[in-house]
Amino acid sequence: MTQVESQEWDVVVVGAGGAGLRAAIEARERGLRTAVICKSLFGKAHTVMAEGGIAASMGNANAGDNWQVHFRDTLRGGKFLNQWRMAELHAKEAPERVWELETWGALFDRTADGRISQRNFGGHEYPRLAHVGDRTGLELIRTLQQKVVSLQQEDFRETGDYESRIKVFQECTVTRLLKDGAGEDARIAGAFCYERESGRFFVLRAPSVVLATGGIGKSFKVTSNSWEYTGDGHALALLAGASLINMEFVQFHPTGMVWPPSVKGILVTESVRGDGGVLRNSEGRRFMFDYVPAVFKEQYAETEAEADGWYDDPESNRRPPELLPRDEVARAINAEVKAGRGSPHGGVFLDVSTRMPAEVIKRRLPSMHHQFMELADVDITAEPMEVGPTCHYVMGGVDVESDTAAAVGVPGLFAAGEVAGGMHGSNRLGGNSLSDLLVFGRRAGRYAAEHAERLSGTARPEVSDEAVERAAAEALRPFDGKADEDDAQPENPYTLHQELQKSMNDLVGIIRREEEMEQALERLAELRRRAARLGVEGHRQFNPGWHLALDLRNMLLVSECVARAAVNRTESRGGHTRDDHPQMDREWRRANLVCTLGGTAQQSDPAAGRIALRRREMPPIRRDLLELFEKEELAKYLTDEELSG
Amino acid sequence: MTTATESESSTGYDAHFRVWRGDVEGGDLEDFTVRVHEGEVVLDIIHRLQATQAPDLAVRWNCKAGKCGSCSAEVNGRPRLLCMTRMSVFERDETITVTPLRAFPIVRDLVTDVSFNYTKAREVPAFVPPQELAPGEYRMQQEDVSRSQEFRKCIECFLCQDTCHVVRDHEENKGAFAGPRFLMRVAELDMHPLDAAEEEGLDRRTTAQDEHGLGYCNITKCCTEVCPEGIHITDNALIPLKERAADRKYDPVVWLGNKIRRRKG
Repeated sequence: MTQVESQEWDVVVVGAGGAGLRAAIEARERGLRTAVICKSLFGKAHTVMAEGGIAASMGNANAGDNWQVHFRDTLRGGKFLNQWRMAELHAKEAPERVWELETWGALFDRTADGRISQRNFGGHEYPRLAHVGDRTGLELIRTLQQKVVSLQQEDFRETGDYESRIKVFQECTVTRLLKDGAGEDARIAGAFCYERESGRFFVLRAPSVVLATGGIGKSFKVTSNSWEYTGDGHALALLAGASLINMEFVQFHPTGMVWPPSVKGILVTESVRGDGGVLRNSEGRRFMFDYVPAVFKEQYAETEAEADGWYDDPESNRRPPELLPRDEVARAINAEVKAGRGSPHGGVFLDVSTRMPAEVIKRRLPSMHHQFMELADVDITAEPMEVGPTCHYVMGGVDVESDTAAAVGVPGLFAAGEVAGGMHGSNRLGGNSLSDLLVFGRRAGRYAAEHAERLSGTARPEVSDEAVERAAAEALRPFDGKADEDDAQPENPYTLHQELQKSMNDLVGIIRREEEMEQALERLAELRRRAARLGVEGHRQFNPGWHLALDLRNMLLVSECVARAAVNRTESRGGHTRDDHPQMDREWRRANLVCTLGGTAQQSDPAAGRIALRRREMPPIRRDLLELFEKEELAKYLTDEELSG
Repeated sequence: MTTATESESSTGYDAHFRVWRGDVEGGDLEDFTVRVHEGEVVLDIIHRLQATQAPDLAVRWNCKAGKCGSCSAEVNGRPRLLCMTRMSVFERDETITVTPLRAFPIVRDLVTDVSFNYTKAREVPAFVPPQELAPGEYRMQQEDVSRSQEFRKCIECFLCQDTCHVVRDHEENKGAFAGPRFLMRVAELDMHPLDAAEEEGLDRRTTAQDEHGLGYCNITKCCTEVCPEGIHITDNALIPLKERAADRKYDPVVWLGNKIRRRKG
């Protein structure tokens, strides 16, 4: 009989960022008892780092905007690989989700007539991003956090207990999802968790679990992501029998800080370019004009005069090429640096100082001003920033049903936000992440609630003691990490992590080649072998070495997915650029690469690959959605067969 | 985590650190000699200690860019964010002492139990949406939202809560005093152009005084000094809130209005 404490909830949400909190609010408002579990303190989730804004076609800055235009931009940005139904729902529902935030107390920047101000961003045809200076993510997380608190206040008035219907288990980590039954009929039954502070294990039993754990960036060395981004939800889903799609698509944000070394990778918001900032190489040239790809030629300016004219007169000028989608800009910067035209510390120059008055910069980009002043001694009102690509976002994630956010193949499991795959295709547009969190966070909360309602009473799935004991043993393993039969010493999790980050960064990074990715897969095998003898010092109370050892399992799994899918996709598209296959291939557009956990037989050899990969055809894009595009444009993406069909 | 590569080590130097280690049972400062490289912040050094000398050294952190407010601690006795404290502000031969936030109970090493703040957050009644406006109908002028927006820059690092002398060495005041962060939250809601609390019979100004302990604050501005976001907590939130609370209390018209409303109820 196991001694692990266990609690019963209706819906368990893993992650307390934008998607997790929005899901939790929805489930609780539908009357379900909802638990949120998150690795950090409540209100610290990675969403706080989002800067630019929330994309929603409210049409406040340009009345021509509507969901169809937003949908079109999203598909172009994703190079038509998006799950079109998700992109449709996202574009349609984003405005309501933003307006709703105002009723919960959010204070966005305003237009002259008092509505929500909207700013320009890469790939968006009209000014579309609702924002608060360059700290929009903070506003989003705080608003959702305060909405949760207000629901708790309601519950307190009614029941005398703030946590009777919605409770946040902060600084806790889920290491396993628990299921009732086996094989294809197995349903979600709960989650196995530990509390970071004490190291104590506990189980949350629930018929519905929503994964909202964010991304995987901590598998890469240069990243804008925090320590939390270790692919936990991706790995939990795989281990529970779900599949991941599009894992080869990793977004390298074009502008991360490059100097000093300790801040390398920290994000420099796209708003800098949206508000007029320009990219220059060491020769002073605005090089982005040299990198406008054929598919975007019609929409982007050819001269500096035209580009500069666009900010005030978008009707008669085309957009500056600095506002191409992120994948294009990141590749261009990479190419300039490689060609020897980079800045002193290996980036390029991003300049606002010559583009707008110091006062405007400080008002519109306060946190960038602060960040460069404090961390790099650079005054962005007087000199250019140095920037370069940084691993920022994973487009790949849990394979979900578009409408319900339900994970395919695992009843009771849902996924929303960065951990879900499909919405952004091969490349996400800036601003589409915060709206994604809200739209699909709400949907996941709703359908998780409905699923839990159907399984109330005697129909509730059960958690077996055996599964709990297995999960506990797995979580404790790093403490008895010892020398193996060959007398190799226990492995240090920090060392292993650094080696993993370096391998992924160098070999499966922004520009990819088959030999290097094969090499990465070999290194991953070696790292898995070494990870089998991870050892940690100290005890279970707030022990970061132990936490990292547990997170490494997840990073190794998702890294293998990324590398395997990337080797397999022999084309370049969005966040997947192959030096050896530089062209976009229309045949590949229809394909998702699906990762699942391989058979259990091979698990006796830790070095053996864990991931099975298969190709799956995407459903054809609905006719009325295709009609939103010109035929010539579609011909760049779709096969002749698809066009005639 | 970012650690320096071999190529950078030539530019580094050895620094002397004293880091508090221990738990609720007690603890002590532990001495470390550790490599420092150009451009690093104190959090980088703490991470290097974890990776090379003390793998179980407990510290909170997230964004490493001054945006999440997780890595709050005290450096040479001053409340600071570890990720925004450049090593270049210290002399190379200076001993740098890193200790946990003093106003909160120890969990382990540099990690403290900050639940006081979450308790106080729950005691401030939430934004009350105006009944007559549907979502999408909110209209507010920029100059009217700017005041509250300043307070919403707060990253909840709780350095102001830690430094405020009302609670820093006075555990007994914690029950009655919300602290600068949550008094500022009351001010933020009070200044929100569309907050309908008053229509619901909630007077944020008097509750600031009566329920959140505004009267304890004697405007020494310690909170403003440590705020990493540069929010003018005292001048723009606490003093105006005190003034508005005072107006409310001694305004005979308000007093009469309250009497009448009470009778109705």
